This record gives sequence, structure tokens and C-alpha cells, in this order.
Amino acid sequence: MVHGTNCKVREIKRSKMSIKIINEKCVGCKLCVKSCPFGAIEVVNKKAAIDLHKCTLCGACIESCKFDAIILAKLSPTDIQFPKKFDEYKDVWVFCEQKKSVVQSVAYELLGKGRELADTLGVELCGVLLGENVREEAQKIVHRGADKVYLVDSLALKHYQDEPYSKVLIKLINEYKPEIVLCGASSIGRSLISRVAIGVHAGLTADCTGLDIDKKEKLLLQTRPAFGGNIMATIICPNHRPQMSTVRHKVMKEADENKHRKGKIIEKGYDPQTYFSRTRLLDIVEEIEETVNLTEANVIVSGGRGMQSPENFTLIEGLARAIGGAVGASRAAVDSGWKTYSHQVGQTGKTVCPKIYIACGISGQIQHLVGMQSSEIIVAINKDPHAPIFSVATYGIVGDLFEVLPELTRRFKEILKR
Amino acid sequence: MNIIVCIKQVPDTTNVRIDPETNTLVRSGVQSIVNPFDMYAIEEAVRLKERFGGTVTVVTMGPPQAEEALREAISLGADEAVLVSDRAFAGSDTWATSYTLSKTIQKIGKFDIIICGKQAIDGDTAQVGPGIAAFLDIPQIAFVKKIEDIYKGQEGQGNIHIKAERMTEEGYDIVESPLPCLITVVKEINEPRLASLKGKMRAKKIEIKKLEAKDLDADPDSLGLKGSPTKVVKIFTPPPRKGGQILEGEAKDICDKLVELLKNEII
Repeated sequence: MVHGTNCKVREIKRSKMSIKIINEKCVGCKLCVKSCPFGAIEVVNKKAAIDLHKCTLCGACIESCKFDAIILAKLSPTDIQFPKKFDEYKDVWVFCEQKKSVVQSVAYELLGKGRELADTLGVELCGVLLGENVREEAQKIVHRGADKVYLVDSLALKHYQDEPYSKVLIKLINEYKPEIVLCGASSIGRSLISRVAIGVHAGLTADCTGLDIDKKEKLLLQTRPAFGGNIMATIICPNHRPQMSTVRHKVMKEADENKHRKGKIIEKGYDPQTYFSRTRLLDIVEEIEETVNLTEANVIVSGGRGMQSPENFTLIEGLARAIGGAVGASRAAVDSGWKTYSHQVGQTGKTVCPKIYIACGISGQIQHLVGMQSSEIIVAINKDPHAPIFSVATYGIVGDLFEVLPELTRRFKEILKR
Repeated sequence: MNIIVCIKQVPDTTNVRIDPETNTLVRSGVQSIVNPFDMYAIEEAVRLKERFGGTVTVVTMGPPQAEEALREAISLGADEAVLVSDRAFAGSDTWATSYTLSKTIQKIGKFDIIICGKQAIDGDTAQVGPGIAAFLDIPQIAFVKKIEDIYKGQEGQGNIHIKAERMTEEGYDIVESPLPCLITVVKEINEPRLASLKGKMRAKKIEIKKLEAKDLDADPDSLGLKGSPTKVVKIFTPPPRKGGQILEGEAKDICDKLVELLKNEII
């Protein structure tokens, strides 16, 4: 890569350890610790110590030191050599998100894809599981295709919290050096992995819908939508390891379960400081509404301005119940107060990709389309034949939804006997 | 309370069209707007200022014309504006952007809370907010839908704390964090006000503080394209989704057809 030069320089500098603490001058004041943007300095026995794996030689500590105790040697261009090989980095990791000590289905989807990637590269597939009382779940990760599971089981990790989770994951990555780390693009995943990527100085690609390996360069090819899916970009991360991606839920196929599969479970524990969190989780509130979680749903019935009133949403809910789906809403319906924001599908709401999306009385503004156009089957019911929603609909019904919806609900109830 | 709001100027996707011939985005004539999620961030900051006093400083990294976005934020009630703009920042990915913004914030100085929109509508990554928090080594609460309170901490701890509701797939978590901390906000948190006349006047006159790469005590190798671990190798337009079949006839017949078409998928 053209832009790799900088990294070559950096790797060489690092290997020559061109940053140094002069112990005689260091008074252990910790000013440099605070100044380091990469968390690479610790004070051990009243002397500063630099973790060269984290250090990027940015020089922030040198400016902060009042005692001239840190020196950074400048290199001449002749010191630039070949880029560092990443031979020590191997294996494909999947961060297995758990809630209430149950591994979430997105992890099984990633294990399916991760298995393919690991086989292509000829390396192992490893799950990473953080939680409390999750040893049995670790076994399930093996059943879904992992060769190894790194397990950290502690009360402190029972529920997701940004700091302990990111600190543990950073330590695991620094110790075992995976070449690829995958994580679900859930609210937890996106919050966690963004922090981890900074901590290990890795590239991170958000919300991927496609993953593949460039066999020649052994690079991860990460494809993701941008501009609400109107363009796709393929992204690589040539000069940093691990290569990290968050992956959209319900895009990859879940790995099959094989209860006879054997794998190794490596349990790790850390000191209280690693588990320490400045934030405190006070409560977990589940909004028990009429239906299931939108991003998990296989079927979504969504209503828009054409529903005319909040009462009419009972028609949407009725159909959703009959076919076991979730209830969605357009921005217009949410802004009118007919449904809460957690139901909103579209640019400023949720991005969903169920098997079937039924849009009722939704005209199909681009902001709505970007949130649902990757659904497998789209059904649109609208009385305006020119509504843009029809341009993406697999099946379009130009008609009165107040006639169509009750009839459809009745027919499905009959056939599904619900 | 010193509040910093990080915003981004983005193309207004309401006007983005796809050219049916070339299958690419038509960008000409597309206006720039303040990223919609950042509007909620600005509003929340102004509300906090109104409740607890202090100043709201709005920051953006972008080309010189991103100044317009800052002026809009001023018209909505922000007090100060900082534009960090340099050719050296061009091509920044989320790593380099988080780094540059964190360096900018360190330059600005003391802060109690940093507020970002949950994500920008052009990139949709949601990575920069947590990235800034990681560089500054402060706690974060992402996807906040409500700030319940800001108060002095528990006994023995004089620190100011924030209590906020963090959206999850199932509902929300209630999380407490000491300040300083960074939050990213979702749409539900508030309803942004319109600019006042006074605000608009102020926005016209205010002097925007401008910072360049050399002002930042930043490692030049960590900026822009050079400092970005990720590289875009290919951009393509996916084939647009085609409209399918229109079902016609009486409601009853249509429903029969549709149930027939869908039943295998549902069962």
C-alpha cells in the first residue's frame, strides 16, 4: 500500500526501542501517564515504564515531562527497512456477546462466517466469552465451530459495561494476538469495540455486510454499506493487527450446532483493577411491549402516516401477532407520537433486515428505505400507486389498508391457527 | 459546567439521488447540513447549560466550509465554536478522526461532559464518540436516550455524576458515571428548538476559533489518511432493488394471493 510508509517507520523505531526513560531523572510524578493518549505508560516502583506495544512514539509524554527524563531518538531515512511482518498474529476471533448469561444469536452468525475465514487462512477459530456463570455457554460456542474459547468468568462481567469489557478484551488481544476480531454490530458491540480498537491501535470497520479473504495478501476484505446503502465500500487494514470488524445482525448464516465437536476452553482471570468500572450499571429495564425485538425479528409489520391515528396501529399489531412478527413504524408515525422511538425504522431509527417487511401506509422516503431495503421480501400496502415504496417492494398492493389488513390478519390466523 | 459538543457536517441525504444511467450518487446541488443526530447533541448541551450553567463549546473537524455547521450550532444556543481544519486531516478514518478530535479537546482544555450524536448519517459507524472517550481515557455512555440527572456523587465522593438511560435492543440500561465523561445521544433524547433571532444574530458575528494540525501537539503520522489504519480499496454501487409484482383485484383476492406467496416463508 502507498500509505504504508509511515507504519514501516514506526515499526522500525519500535524495534530499535528509540524511546527511553532515563531512570536517574524520573521522579515517578505520573505526568507522562496522564499525557499518554495510548495508555502506554505505567509507573512501576516509582519509575515510568513504557509499553512499547502500545506506544506510537507520538512524543506527548516528552512534552509533559518536567524533568527531561524521556528521550526519543530521531531516525535517519536509512533506518527505514521492510515493513514488519505480522507472523505472530494468527487466528480469527469472534466476540460472543451474552445477555443474561446466554450467548446472543449474532455470535453464532459470526462463528459461521469466522469458520470460513479461518479455514481459508488455515488458522484456528476462537470465541471470546466474557460473563458470569457462562461455562456451559462456552461449550456451546465450541459446538458452533470454535476450536478454542477464551473465557473470562467473573461477577464483574455479568452485565456489559464499557470499561471492564474493553480492558479485558484489550488484554486478551495483546496476549494472544489474533489477526482478525469480529463482533456483532449491536449496541453493546459498537460501544465496546470502538473503544478496544483505539486501545490496541487497530483499524475497525463498522457494520460490515460482507467479509472475505484476499488470499494473496492474506488480508480481510470488509464490505459495508455507506450513505444508507446507496454505495458499498470494501475496506482493508494492511498495516495494523488485528483487523477488526463489527458485522450486521442477520446478514450471515448461523453456524450449525454439532454437539460432538471438541474444543479447548482457556479460562483467564484478571486483577480487580482490570474489572474496575468508573460507570455503574444501576438498572436494566426491558420494555415489554406487544412484540419481539425489531433487529432480531424475522418478520416486521410497519406502519406510517397512512395509519392516520394511534388507534389504527392495533391493525398492525394484530397482523404482527398473527404472523409472529415485530411492530415497526416510520418516522412520521413516531414523530406524531403514535409509536415510541424504539419502533422507528430508518435513518434516524433502526436498520433492519428481516425476511419479510410489510410496510403499511408508508410512502417510502429515502430515509425510510435505507433502514429496510435489505429485507429479503418487502410487501407494500399503500393507496397511492406512485408512492416510492413500490419501487423497492417485492409485492405491492395498491389499495386501502383498512380493508386489506384485517383480511390479511384473518387469513393468516386461519392458516397458522393462531 | 463546561460542555463540549462534537458535530459533523454531512450531505443532506434527503436530496441525494441515484443517477439511473450511471448508478452513482448525484452529489451536485446536494446541500450540507449538520448531522441530524448532532442536532440532538447540541440541544441537550444547551439544555444542560440552562439547568446547571456553564458554557457550550461546539467542535467540528472538516473542510473550511464546515464553519457553517458551527454557526448553526451557535444560533441554536452554543457559546463558542472551534473549527479544526487542515489538509493533513484529509482521508481520516474513525481512528484518525477520534485522535484528532481528542487532541483538539485537550487543546480546548477543561471539560465536564462531551456530547456527540450517536453516529453520522453519511458513514453510520458510531465509532468516533467512543473513540474520543478511549483516547481521553474517560468513561462513555453510548446511545443515551435520556439524561435523568446530574448530581453530587454518593457519600464520601464529592464528584459530580451523571445518570443516563442507554438504549439497548430490549429497552434501556440506567447507567451512572462520574464526570468528566462522554455520551452519545439518540433522537429520543429531546426535540431540538429552532434558532432564535438573537441566536442567528450571534451566529453571524461570532468569531470562530480555528485550529490547524500544527496547533494540536499531535503526532503528524497519526493524522489523516496516513494515520488511518483502514483503507478503502473499492467503492461500488449495488444494483438498486427493483420493484416487483403489483397485486391487483379485490382485497379478498389480493390477500389470498399474498398469503399463498408468503406462507412458506412464515411457517
